Amino acid sequence: MKLKINGTVRDVEAPQDMPLLWVLRDLLGMTGTKYGCGVAQCGACTVHIDGEAVRSCSTNVSEVKGRAVTTIEGLSTGGSLHPVQRAWIEADVVQCGYCQPGQIMAAAALIRIKPKPSDGDIDEALSGNLCRCGTYQRIREAVHHAAAIAAPGAKS
Amino acid sequence: MSARAGVSRRRFLTTSAGLVIGFTVLPKERLLALQQPGAAPALPPPNAFLRIGEDDTVTVILAHSEMGQGIWTTLPMMVAEELECDWSKIRVEAAPAAPVYAHPAYGMQMTGGSSTTWSELDRYRQVGAMAREMLIAAAAAQWKVDPSACRAENGFVTSGSHKASYGSLAKAAQARKPPASVKLKDRKDWKILGKPTKRLDSPEKVTGKAQFGIDVREPGMKVALVARAPAFGGKVKSFRAEKAKAMPGVRAVVEVPSGVAVVADHFWAAKVGREALEIDWDLGPGASLDSVKMRADYRALAATEGLQAAAAGDVASALASAKTRVDAEYEFPFLAHAMMEPLNCSARLGPDSVEIWAGTQFQTGDQMAAAKIAGVKPEQVTLHTSFLGGGFGRRANPNSDFVSEAVHVAKAAGVPVKVVWTREDDMHGGYYRPMWAHKLSVGLGADGAPVAWKQTIVGQSIMDGTPFAMMIKDGIDEASVEGVADSVYVAATPHHWVGLHSPRSAVPVLWWRSVGHTHTGYVMETMVDALAHAAGQDPLAYRRQLLKASPRHLGALELAAAKAGWGSPLPAGRLRGLAVHASFGSYVAQVAEVSVENGRIRVHRVVCAIDCGICVNPAGVAAQIESAIVYGLSAALYGEVTLKDGRVQQSNFDDYEVLRLDAMPKVEVHIVSSGEKSGGVGEPGVPPIAPAVANAVFAATGQRLRRLPLKLA
Repeated sequence: MKLKINGTVRDVEAPQDMPLLWVLRDLLGMTGTKYGCGVAQCGACTVHIDGEAVRSCSTNVSEVKGRAVTTIEGLSTGGSLHPVQRAWIEADVVQCGYCQPGQIMAAAALIRIKPKPSDGDIDEALSGNLCRCGTYQRIREAVHHAAAIAAPGAKS
Repeated sequence: MSARAGVSRRRFLTTSAGLVIGFTVLPKERLLALQQPGAAPALPPPNAFLRIGEDDTVTVILAHSEMGQGIWTTLPMMVAEELECDWSKIRVEAAPAAPVYAHPAYGMQMTGGSSTTWSELDRYRQVGAMAREMLIAAAAAQWKVDPSACRAENGFVTSGSHKASYGSLAKAAQARKPPASVKLKDRKDWKILGKPTKRLDSPEKVTGKAQFGIDVREPGMKVALVARAPAFGGKVKSFRAEKAKAMPGVRAVVEVPSGVAVVADHFWAAKVGREALEIDWDLGPGASLDSVKMRADYRALAATEGLQAAAAGDVASALASAKTRVDAEYEFPFLAHAMMEPLNCSARLGPDSVEIWAGTQFQTGDQMAAAKIAGVKPEQVTLHTSFLGGGFGRRANPNSDFVSEAVHVAKAAGVPVKVVWTREDDMHGGYYRPMWAHKLSVGLGADGAPVAWKQTIVGQSIMDGTPFAMMIKDGIDEASVEGVADSVYVAATPHHWVGLHSPRSAVPVLWWRSVGHTHTGYVMETMVDALAHAAGQDPLAYRRQLLKASPRHLGALELAAAKAGWGSPLPAGRLRGLAVHASFGSYVAQVAEVSVENGRIRVHRVVCAIDCGICVNPAGVAAQIESAIVYGLSAALYGEVTLKDGRVQQSNFDDYEVLRLDAMPKVEVHIVSSGEKSGGVGEPGVPPIAPAVANAVFAATGQRLRRLPLKLA
């Protein structure tokens, strides 16, 4: 089947019920999207499907035919980091880093829909993304910072 | 014996980056010398830890594993401080498994015990200083000037009108003899150490490029899932693999000591294949395990004395004559580490070699285990340490469970494999923080201070049955009683007795971030709170009295209390609790602001003060304390692994809950200015959070919670 991933059409041979996560990781070698729980409880596998944050571990590959999939590898475009990634570096968010691609994809989807998210918006959008290193305080801070960087007229 | 012995064996490697200094494998004699008490300290062979490329890059090779704690940044800071290099030119690499990378204090290559920073502060600075001296010597020879007329600064050596970059000097420098001794900078002259420094691994971690063990892909490598016994210690009796083998993508089904492995083209095929396996298990005695029954057994044991871990005076008489007596019993559940990256390991066997890819905290042990299984020598095992998606102790297993299993599967299947554990496998896989029970009787004198302290601890020994069992002295595993046997409260009580029972069970146990202090810190700090209450005193004032002779406890306590505004008014329904606990060479106090709404505990704010001695990276310390508070809160509010009929009852994050963003309190970290020896940082922030919260819950509700996780009546 043909999948549109990060703007490129990829041809994959996979069972219809194979989760998108494993198609990305094991068939296409795109390992930035992480496996954490397999049951949409942790958010490590978050990707965008038509711009919306989705858990790829619980999305059958057949469901994404003809839809635009964006992974952490494709979040930045035009040679510069996405505002969320820049904010993450500036706020020194990461620790082990394993959950961070999922956190970043969830945050990027949030600021696209809500360019100026409140703490409540952030809690709602990101509480499905677990971090065992406990980077939550910096995640909150970095999402606000990312929104500021991404705001129209902000200095880039 | 000296750095020179190592250097004589160095070889040079030419790479695309230019001529660089190659690895030295340290001879065995030096490793032994390291372990001999009183042996003269030898300088490290700088070329094992550092490469300077002709492009001016400075590559620091990490002897320890990066699992989130930030040593990917901290160790390079040590090198850079002495090397006087350009910080933007620093690159970092994980070291292979080799004796030269043995932990300076432990003699084995491993990461744990919150020890990387303090144990490496000399070695990595020495490496930087030696390389600087070699660069200066090379420049001086080239310019025919005295080395004392040369200066190293920001990646260049200069002398008068001469100026040369480190990269341009690297080739000449590596031909020079390393200095026999180096003088390290005075702390007052530090430019990098002690300054908040941002992480070097952020760019690769925010772009998905960072490679974790689970991301390894090698030519011909298959993915395997292992069906393991449903009860601890169970064995395969027989199995039928026909249906599994018929699943698309499944390549082989092999039996290994831990169960039956399904080897497939990818994870999903292996998972579907594993579900089709038919296995008849011999469950063994583990099948009758029941954590409710274990709790009752532990309670009964706690009522008997056990082996003596600490004693002074005559505790029985002192208790009998005490003015006031407080009795308490505590219970702690098994806890899973639940790192975000489930366990995994990749292995490839050759005729006389093994190659391993793993996020591991214990290279030496894993290398030896792999060698034994494959029938090769340890030095024939190449081990690639990737980034660890969390460790917390689970990836430092003296039994090398997840590495050994991968080698077994690769050996049986005859192909390179990556063994991946599902979240459920990881949760059911044992090696938990042990269950614990404590029973205490404390008698107070007329002034309210303890005069008699009797405490019995019950729980499985972590060292028992491992190569570390030799550390058990007179039946006492120090990791079972740390935080009590060495407690300043106990030491200050004239009549005291600490006892230990170490029952065995089929449940494998392991160190879990802050080890024994996970339970002892809770017991001591909630008990002292209860004693303050019994004595009719404020919890802070009471601790001040008891800690009079413990200035570092007191320093942390006073700073946290001041920053938290102890005693000042709070919004209605919000109460404070505090705790102070020393572990891993550091002293940590925390004040938690808590409310209880509809029976639910909510933590709003945590103010923490840490005295970790000389602080190497304040930014890293703040991050580790935030991390420890979240890790400790998860356990305090939710963490519990239970067993029924030998089966672990939790499987995934829906029934083994951990803290989520919406429950994250505001955390403030304050560092006590200290010139003391550096202590640990990764773990010491964990022990105080649960008691600080529980003490606040007591202030809010009057309920003294002595069973974890915290549940209001």
